[in-house]
Amino acid sequence: MSKTEQGQVILLGHGSGGTLTNQLIRTVFQDALHNPILDEMLDAAILDLGPGRVAFTTDSFVVDPIFFPGGDIGKLAVCGTVNDLAVSGAVPLYLSSAFIIEEGFPLADLQRIVNSMQAAASTAGVRVVTGDTKVVGRGGADKIFINTAGIGVVPPGRDLSPRRIQPGDLVLVSGTLGDHGLTILAQREGLAFTTPVVSDCTPLNRIASAVMEAGGEAVRCMRDPTRGGLATTLNELATQGGQGILVQETLIPLRREVVGACEMLGLDPLYLANEGKVIVIVAPEAADKVLDAMCSLPEGQGAVAVGRVTGSDRGLVLLETELGATRIMTMLEGEPLPRIC
Amino acid sequence: MCLAIPSKILSIKGHTAEIDVGGNTKEVNITLTPEAKVGDYVLLHAGFAIHVMDEQAAEEIFDAWEVAYAALQE
Amino acid sequence: MQPYRNKDYAQHLLDRLRQEAVRPLSAMEVCGTHTVAIARSGLRELLPENIRLISGPGCPVCVTDDLDLDIVIALAQQPGIVMATFGDMMRVPGTQSSLLEAKSRGADVRVVYSPTDAVDLAAEHPDKQVVFLAVGFETTIPTIAVAVEQAVQQGLRNFSIFSLHKLVPPVMEALLTDPEVKLDAFINPGHVCTILGTEPFKFIAEKYGKPCVVAGFEAVDIMEALLMILSQYNQGRPAVEIQYKRAVRPEGNPVARAFIDKYFIPVNATWRGIGEVPGSGLALRDEFAHLDAQKRFPITVTPGKRVKNCSCGQVLKGLKLPYECALFGKACTPMKPVGPCMVSTEGSCAAYYRYGAQKVGGTV
Repeated sequence: MSKTEQGQVILLGHGSGGTLTNQLIRTVFQDALHNPILDEMLDAAILDLGPGRVAFTTDSFVVDPIFFPGGDIGKLAVCGTVNDLAVSGAVPLYLSSAFIIEEGFPLADLQRIVNSMQAAASTAGVRVVTGDTKVVGRGGADKIFINTAGIGVVPPGRDLSPRRIQPGDLVLVSGTLGDHGLTILAQREGLAFTTPVVSDCTPLNRIASAVMEAGGEAVRCMRDPTRGGLATTLNELATQGGQGILVQETLIPLRREVVGACEMLGLDPLYLANEGKVIVIVAPEAADKVLDAMCSLPEGQGAVAVGRVTGSDRGLVLLETELGATRIMTMLEGEPLPRIC
Repeated sequence: MCLAIPSKILSIKGHTAEIDVGGNTKEVNITLTPEAKVGDYVLLHAGFAIHVMDEQAAEEIFDAWEVAYAALQE
Repeated sequence: MQPYRNKDYAQHLLDRLRQEAVRPLSAMEVCGTHTVAIARSGLRELLPENIRLISGPGCPVCVTDDLDLDIVIALAQQPGIVMATFGDMMRVPGTQSSLLEAKSRGADVRVVYSPTDAVDLAAEHPDKQVVFLAVGFETTIPTIAVAVEQAVQQGLRNFSIFSLHKLVPPVMEALLTDPEVKLDAFINPGHVCTILGTEPFKFIAEKYGKPCVVAGFEAVDIMEALLMILSQYNQGRPAVEIQYKRAVRPEGNPVARAFIDKYFIPVNATWRGIGEVPGSGLALRDEFAHLDAQKRFPITVTPGKRVKNCSCGQVLKGLKLPYECALFGKACTPMKPVGPCMVSTEGSCAAYYRYGAQKVGGTV
């Protein structure tokens, strides 16, 4: 619920540390995100993490546009960090959130973003326990940037290092690829087209723990294929794991609309970002069980096996094409730009 | 870009047509295909329709795409 | 139903290609989209050894001359200029830098999807001079002509184009007359022919006696086109034929051609890696000189030095394969391309790099 009056905007004073800052923290941030730790309002959150190793990650969010079908920069900032923890095998617990806001940014938009962060945090079962706000002059930043850092706990004995990947392992993906990247592209000035596709932005900690529960030790590794898409993430896994990966082109789940728009713009959906998909590398004997567990959740409904780890072509990702030929699937080179030819 | 999916014209207003391309909709310029009418399949390039496909050819490709996708969904 | 992506049908075509390829055939695919389709589908490794596919000039973006681009980049850095360009031009290097680098250093460079978006930009920013970097083969040129017409009709004083268009038939003739180049046939660019039809290519069959088939962009289209080429080749009856009937009529698109003729006249043009080809470029007609950025913003730059050891010229002529170049994958990658073939995603070197024909399959 918005408590901010229409037309109010962020002023430089909102970041000065004085009365305006306090007011902003109370009415916008604390009101939405409140929890016992945040409410202490100390310089640092004091956390009791219990047994297990600590996973710690950070990510900054500068997405343009800040609101898009299926999410916004706030939801993305929570999911992005939660997901990095979740695919590392950690149970995500606490987040920090730091805002850099351009002077003149509508207060109502900030409220909407913070509310959406709260909704995502609540879905993921994590708390935002500390934060910061800075305001920069007009042109000093593009509307709003958010940094989140996250802490989670890795249960004893759990190791999801890509070094555990072995020949014969299967490569699973949790659903259709490229949905987030395409949604963002469709909003870009000059490209404007209307698509029924929405961003897949969602917390992955529930599906990650379902995967671990179903597969246990047989789960070798998990990754979320964000920037650079499936192709880039699989390349990272192949390099870090020192194995080859062979993907079947015909098995890769893609929405018809994503394929259609990519054909129009000259882009490859395998390089488009995802914000709510997980890649799981699993020993073959546990693959069915893990797939069933993934498919039983809404965020994993479209889960399928798309390929396998091979002992040959170490460090390379190969794609078996529709025609049955094999080609290399390289990493993303630079930002994908729409092409005429 | 050499687009291979036929795009169907949904409506026309002056030199602008709204088209369906693989389930997405987009406005394109039809100055170069004055013969284009609603329901036609066109070939797109750089925001323009550059060719009106004859109906039979377009339906054939469209079917092929649908079949390919049906196969993927199985 | 035509099974455009049907594996069984593809296998059937491959079997027939094996039967028909009774003697060696070197066929050039002129268009970069064909190069990519061949690389993406892995077709090259499936074809019989007798058939050698050579990637030709590729795309209008990759063949943009580096010295021409130096001038464009210098112009983009002038105060008050907005340079509008297709996305694939951004990384194309001049002798010193690229538009992407110029943008990072503060030049106002905008990516547009359609040439008319650049006209809209000019209308929205009357205080800026919007220059559209006009590159394209015959497929794209009509869309740019329409944009020029819109600017004329709207009486825009702050819109101009920097014309670096390239024409396909003259460069094909240049390749045919090059004594180094040994080609038996052409796979003609599908969408260039959507506009031009078959007439402008008749000289290839009639004067040079080479088979020439207009192909679509699915792997099976290319296989069908190769079968048509082999049939001509084996029977010794060179002709210009259309495989891509769903998108190409023999007469092409006369409306689009009329737009080209209304605004442009042929001039000589320099192709990166190939050199100057007579009558292979287009300039705005004199009556539209006020829309001609070259005339409106005369810029002189000290001619930069072209990179040495780049084999693109030989790759484009089919004399070398991409990975036979000393720079390939080392000094020259898609992120830091040197020559035209690595520049665009449709360049033959970029396609080889991306889809790895140099490492996989062995039979390239």
